Amino acid sequence: MEQVIINGAILSANYALIALGLTLIFSIMNVLNFAHGQMFMIGGLVVYWVCTVYQMPYGVGLAAAAIGVGAVGMAMERGLFQRVMGSATREENSMLLAVGTAFLLENAALYLFGEKQRGIPPMVQGVYRIGSAFLPANRLMVFVISLLLIVVVLSFVYYTRTGRAMRALAQDRAATTLMGVDVGRISMFGFGLGAALAATAGGLLISVSGVNAGIGTAISTKAFIMIMIGGAGVIGGALLGAVVLGFAEAIGYALFPGSVTYLIIFVALIAFLLVRPQGIMGKPWG
Amino acid sequence: MKNSKSRRTIIKLSTYALLATVVGIPNFAFADGKTLKIGQLGVMSGAEASWGLVNKYAAEATAAMWNEKGGIDIGGEKYKIEIVSVDDRNDPKLTVSGSERLMGQEGIRYVIGPNTDVTATSVRPIAEKYNAIYFPYASSRSLFTQPAENAVMGMVASYQVAPAILELLQKERGVKKVAFVARNDSDGLSNRDDGVAAATKLGLDVVVADATYEPNVTDFFPIMSNVVDKAPDLIFLPASAPSNTPLLMRAARELGYTGLFASDSGQDIKVIKEMAGEYGDGLISIGGASTPEIRSQYMDAFIENYTKVAGEWNDEAGTKVYALEVILAALQAAGPAAIDDASLFKKQIADFSMRNPFLKADSTLSFTGEADYGQKRQIGVPLVLTETKGGEFVTISIGAVK
Repeated sequence: MEQVIINGAILSANYALIALGLTLIFSIMNVLNFAHGQMFMIGGLVVYWVCTVYQMPYGVGLAAAAIGVGAVGMAMERGLFQRVMGSATREENSMLLAVGTAFLLENAALYLFGEKQRGIPPMVQGVYRIGSAFLPANRLMVFVISLLLIVVVLSFVYYTRTGRAMRALAQDRAATTLMGVDVGRISMFGFGLGAALAATAGGLLISVSGVNAGIGTAISTKAFIMIMIGGAGVIGGALLGAVVLGFAEAIGYALFPGSVTYLIIFVALIAFLLVRPQGIMGKPWG
Repeated sequence: MKNSKSRRTIIKLSTYALLATVVGIPNFAFADGKTLKIGQLGVMSGAEASWGLVNKYAAEATAAMWNEKGGIDIGGEKYKIEIVSVDDRNDPKLTVSGSERLMGQEGIRYVIGPNTDVTATSVRPIAEKYNAIYFPYASSRSLFTQPAENAVMGMVASYQVAPAILELLQKERGVKKVAFVARNDSDGLSNRDDGVAAATKLGLDVVVADATYEPNVTDFFPIMSNVVDKAPDLIFLPASAPSNTPLLMRAARELGYTGLFASDSGQDIKVIKEMAGEYGDGLISIGGASTPEIRSQYMDAFIENYTKVAGEWNDEAGTKVYALEVILAALQAAGPAAIDDASLFKKQIADFSMRNPFLKADSTLSFTGEADYGQKRQIGVPLVLTETKGGEFVTISIGAVK
């Protein structure tokens, strides 16, 4: 049982970082960013490149991933999404654009980083015993950094001027514009922050599970499950969705054969959405 | 105004000249000889991209080696080898359209790939329609057994590898209890069933037979927690991708597992070193011709060419070197008419034999497979088993498929 709790907690913290970035972009831009998993993947590959090829410290790699992918996110928002959303009359256009950017990033990564799985050795060695459970030191480190980052991002969103502007934008775009907020700048920053969070999650998890150029779609799928559970566009909901998915996986793998776990998760998700389509913390009106 | 018009004319003329040059280049380059097109079909994007890309790079490296020598001599005439690749994204619908393109539109009669049972099965009707031969890296028996006769297996099948590994480890390492952890897809599950059957036949105690993981799983800790609990001596990983194997190993070791691992699929030592680090030792898997103690100078040259093509060496390619070399040698034996008529190639299969150019030791390559398929529809590649030790693959056994 202790092992299940540890597995669930670690998975939840990792997933929370991924879901947080996706929900930030969705709430601010109203864009379902299908390229979120690809940003996670590129973040991991940047860390790999900085640490393995250039032999630089892990912290430098993590910073390079967050800043680099964050900048790519901002450029995408300014150069692509803002233009398309400004001229398009249908919401599907931004979704199709997101799908297109996902393919673009995936193929760019395949070209630049190759087809192999990339990973870096654990930052810290050793395994702790907690009762009958095992907790590798590296996973504990990733867990702690993930929690710290979540606290930092939430503090930023709730207690800074820019964060307040982001939340205002998520609630009512027109009213926020009328209040004098530079909506274009805040949107761009929010998109960049979401992308940076995805990249950081990828950079943290490359020392645990590694990444490859094709992993993005699987990560995006999980991120969408989390925000569907928690409620699209609600920050607290994204975190709750991550905890639910993390523990569902850990408990499922402990009780059932591997293949049954995700079958149960998907069936439960469908049943849940039939009853509460807006997710646990989402509002029925969107 | 006049200046701007003439500038535009110059730009237009230069563009036309450039286009004419670019379009003309292939004609000049291949003006001296004929071209032999070989198809390559497989998954080259998405999570399993490495499977198809390794085939592609291996074929391109082999083609480059032959083309450097002026091409391949078939019936007294030199042919440049051109690899035509199609990505099927591991989607049978795209495999069907890809094989239609290669075999129908391009008129190619020899195709390397695809990579899984499901996609390989979907090629069969198209290969039969155009009488083309394909070399899938899939192990479903129905592909190679009569009435099917257009598929030739280019590797050693899981049901040939698993008994060899299990028997070796039972006799030499005292393995008694085995756990199987399979990827939840057609290849993983069928390889798992073959492995469980082989273990049972050998009298081994199968302590876990139903542990599976989804193809998109990245964290194997929860899955391995249950497996390690059963205290096996060996964890067998059927059809595990090179991207998953080191993660499965690392999760098990972090959970205190000290036994052996085995896999019936090709792996890559660089990925194992990077991903599993100190936990990467003790994996017995199917090897190719690439370990230093067995490889020939020709294999060294192949590795060099592969590295040029792909940017870096991949040990998995050591298991994919044979298909194109055997196609080319069999075409040489069958004569130029076989380039467009695969029936002549099929006639060669019964008595075909060539020296294995990739191994230092004297050995021959021929077609085999009677024991499993009732007909010769498998390239008789050596059954090389390797073990990971100190960050290297070490060859522990070389056998043959009957």
